[in-house]
Amino acid sequence: MTSIDDVQTAAVGVSRRRRAISTGRRGDKIFRGAALGSGVFVLVIMGAIAAFLVWKAIPALQANQGSFLTDTEWRANSDPPRFGIAQLAFGTVMSAFLALLMATPVAIGIALFISFYAPRKLADGLGFIVDLLAAVPSIIYGLWGLHFLVMNSDGVVSFLNTYLGWIPLFAGENVGGQSLFIGSVVLAIMILPIISSISREVFLQVPTPHIEAAQALGATRWETIRLSVLPYGRSGVISAMMLGLGRALGETVAIALVLSTVAGINWHILEPGGNTFAANIVRTFGESGEIGRSALIASGLVLFVITMIVNMAARAIVSRRKEFTE
Amino acid sequence: MAKRIEVSGLNAYYGGFLAVEDVSMTIEPRSVTAFIGPSGCGKSTFLRTLNRMHEVIPGARVDGKVMLDDQDLYGDKVDPVAVRRVVGMVFQRPNPFPTMSIYDNVAAGLKLNGVKGKSELDGIVETSLKGANLWNEVKDRLPKPGAGLSGGQQQRLCIARAIAVQPQVLLMDEPCSALDPISTLAIEDLIAQLKSQYTIVIVTHNMQQAARVSDRTAFFNIAGTGKPGKLIELDETSKIFTNPTEKATEDYITGRFG
Repeated sequence: MTSIDDVQTAAVGVSRRRRAISTGRRGDKIFRGAALGSGVFVLVIMGAIAAFLVWKAIPALQANQGSFLTDTEWRANSDPPRFGIAQLAFGTVMSAFLALLMATPVAIGIALFISFYAPRKLADGLGFIVDLLAAVPSIIYGLWGLHFLVMNSDGVVSFLNTYLGWIPLFAGENVGGQSLFIGSVVLAIMILPIISSISREVFLQVPTPHIEAAQALGATRWETIRLSVLPYGRSGVISAMMLGLGRALGETVAIALVLSTVAGINWHILEPGGNTFAANIVRTFGESGEIGRSALIASGLVLFVITMIVNMAARAIVSRRKEFTE
Repeated sequence: MAKRIEVSGLNAYYGGFLAVEDVSMTIEPRSVTAFIGPSGCGKSTFLRTLNRMHEVIPGARVDGKVMLDDQDLYGDKVDPVAVRRVVGMVFQRPNPFPTMSIYDNVAAGLKLNGVKGKSELDGIVETSLKGANLWNEVKDRLPKPGAGLSGGQQQRLCIARAIAVQPQVLLMDEPCSALDPISTLAIEDLIAQLKSQYTIVIVTHNMQQAARVSDRTAFFNIAGTGKPGKLIELDETSKIFTNPTEKATEDYITGRFG
């Protein structure tokens, strides 16, 4: 029991990196070189992508007659070009955030059910099915969202509008159809398996002594989860959420299919409309001219930056209470 | 509040494997009973049947009877969670909740029992930490993480956590085996104090420790690998270590066995 604990605390969650001590042996040198090379390679790729995006974006940014950051319309192919990312940024962040909000509780619930409540056989099967969700191509989700969800969600949408309409997000006159809300639901289903399977792995690795500490105090199953499992799994769950958020931010085809293009920022998420960086790129890249493509690349650069900020914020959250997790 | 434990005809299984066979014994209130015996003889397993922690391991089960005064712990309508609230346990390795402060660790069991008032909690936390001889060392850093204490302090924190809920019985599963001699001494002193209020059962590999802290000692043994562990003898500690009835006990305590 105790040795398992040792291995697990060493392996999970906590970043206790050790400086490798070089012994001067050839094997060590080769390995060190290979490890260093891989590390540097990642940085080089990141740098190359950023440099490429900036390089290609400059012509459009120079030709832009509008304000890149605050304009809500995207007319990169008109003459003179006028475009701004405000609507795209709003749609991207809002849909990804809503998707995360919807997916996380369900994903954690599934993970807890599989790891602590379900009988062994059911747990294995259920885990497998949830993982299968991740293997469904995003175009399928898009088609399903467009042809099933949009058609059959009127009841839910008008319920939200009628009874929760006092919340500004759910307000609106002309609700239904290809709305940001439906897009978020599709995204939520797409990121569910990532969050759920990583959370499940983390929960299964909670050391037995932590669990027994709660049980021996007379904690019920839920109390054990609250006292031992969730605090231990917290950083892992946040990492899982961030991976999910990353996927939601960058999701392209599904969201391009589900959303209908209506210009402008609309806080009423139940009304048709909304657009995201990735959806805008995939929908307009083919018919764009030189400046139009350059403008799309500039928007891609912004998405790149947003994703990086999200990841850094997640890391900050995870390390904030480090004192308590090590 | 200490209660007598009476065990009769208890068998403990891991799946199909019988780990402990036919144990019957009486554990007196306000005394320390030590379990000794070679590794794998089932003494820890048996200890864990006394607060129904054995059955948290998948496939593990128990038959037989454990009476806590007049209540059968394995009765039909008995909730294992309720049993664990009156029979506290301290483990081999100190296991404070790693994400909680010292204060919250001690208060954890109280909060499970629905104690909410700040001043009430403060009072019990202080009493429990004093009871575990830890108060003077930690009173200035109650909001700091419990995992930041030394091993011996962590173990006393775990004892404070266990006694905060005022259990009837305190089970200790090799509580000093991960500690240095000085911390061990501190825990042994603590056990001597606690026995005035609690029924204490301690599993130990250290025979000197059993001789130092316990009033009565139970010797468990195992006939061979794959065979079930059995209770060989339970008697006054002084008798077990000077003039045991069974030959096997004498062989074990004098280092001649097998």
